[in-house]
Amino acid sequence: MPGPGRGRRSGPPAVTTLSVSLAGLVVGRGVAAVAGPFDVVIRAGAALVVTGPNGAGKSTLLRTLAGLLRPLGGTVTVDGAATPDGEPAVRLSEVCHYVGHRNAMKPGVSVGDNLLFWARFLGGTGAGVADALGAVGLPGIAHLPFGYLSAGQQRRASLARLLVAERPVWILDEPTSALDAASQDRFATLVGAHRGRGGIVVAATHQPLGLEDADSLSLAPSASAVSAAGPVEIDEAALDAAEGWL
Amino acid sequence: MSTVFARDLRLAFQGGGGAMTGVIFFLAVVATVPFGVGPDLNLLSRIGPAILWIGALLSALLTLDRLFQADRDDGTLDLLITGPTPLPLTVLAKCLALWVASGLPLVAASPLLGLFLALSPQAIGAVMLTLLVGTPAIVFIGAVGAAVAVTLPRGGLLVSVLVLPLAIPVLIFGVSATYGAVNDPDPFWPPFMILCALTLFFGALGPVAAAGALKAGAD
Repeated sequence: MPGPGRGRRSGPPAVTTLSVSLAGLVVGRGVAAVAGPFDVVIRAGAALVVTGPNGAGKSTLLRTLAGLLRPLGGTVTVDGAATPDGEPAVRLSEVCHYVGHRNAMKPGVSVGDNLLFWARFLGGTGAGVADALGAVGLPGIAHLPFGYLSAGQQRRASLARLLVAERPVWILDEPTSALDAASQDRFATLVGAHRGRGGIVVAATHQPLGLEDADSLSLAPSASAVSAAGPVEIDEAALDAAEGWL
Repeated sequence: MSTVFARDLRLAFQGGGGAMTGVIFFLAVVATVPFGVGPDLNLLSRIGPAILWIGALLSALLTLDRLFQADRDDGTLDLLITGPTPLPLTVLAKCLALWVASGLPLVAASPLLGLFLALSPQAIGAVMLTLLVGTPAIVFIGAVGAAVAVTLPRGGLLVSVLVLPLAIPVLIFGVSATYGAVNDPDPFWPPFMILCALTLFFGALGPVAAAGALKAGAD
């Protein structure tokens, strides 16, 4: 089964038809809507940069796309992508990498073993650990415990996860916030190469990532919507429910 | 699934993994009982199996709160939730790794501690067997509590309180099977089979329930 699956994924037809569509997507925490509705179509090789002030819902949107939060309304669909098993992907979370604020690496385990675990767990094909570390500018540190690295090095080592397991969609939440200028440039090159292969990037970032040509999705500050309408009403209902429970 | 199992097992035995804290606590609880009860060997050997079971139950609860907490703190849990492996299977692998790292040592330590309590060889064997069968159930029940409490900053105590009532049947049937093996008129097989059934039941239900709690609690 892996043979045809891989052909479908890396072959020209699949790559050209890859697209992610957000239709009327409303995102939020609990039952409080934070941002939306969004109607966006991202095609293969394109990128979407999510901008907005702090608290506008950038991370909420990205976590919803990654499948960690349930959308309050609307749908996220992905077309033309195959999971590592070769099945057609139904949900975006099956074919995406999510890079959040935390590194998802164990400090007591060596960098190489950390990456090897993610390569095995996430499955599919990808670069070797040494190659991936070389690509993020950290050659020859695979044997060091992850906790020994500096904050910027830890970030780069965790970004190498994007390379050890191949995924067509990258969802990046402030991926380069701890990096120096040279490392940011290097990561911008990686992002460019990923898009060159037909991949999609959705990123929330304040730094240049080589995404100047990307579509931009600007989130308005939603303080009024959240604090006025949302929580007050919800607190009442939730309190009643909780009291009923107890 | 085997990847998660191997990694969790290695992390548990590495520095700071805390796999051995359960055994040390078990040792402390059981070793203090003879001092409190007094040197009456008959009394000790009569209550010994119950003491061992209570000690093992509390030690198992002690190690449970770290099941998901460490993974949540460093962001690993996000990737485990959205990963290609179905979440209940990932949770099952984590439970099995936790049991091998902290439950099996309890089973292995129980014969030595049984000697402290003047248990007969037959009673020691029965305690080992029932602990071997019963401790996985405690881990599976505890996984649900750990998953519910994972977002709370001090969830450890809450996990124990949530889990303890559900673990009581395991304790009851574990102890009664042990007494059944030692005291002649008491039956051994019925409580032992119920203990096996409890482990199988919670082995099927626990990972699914814990996965549901983790998904609902993902923020």
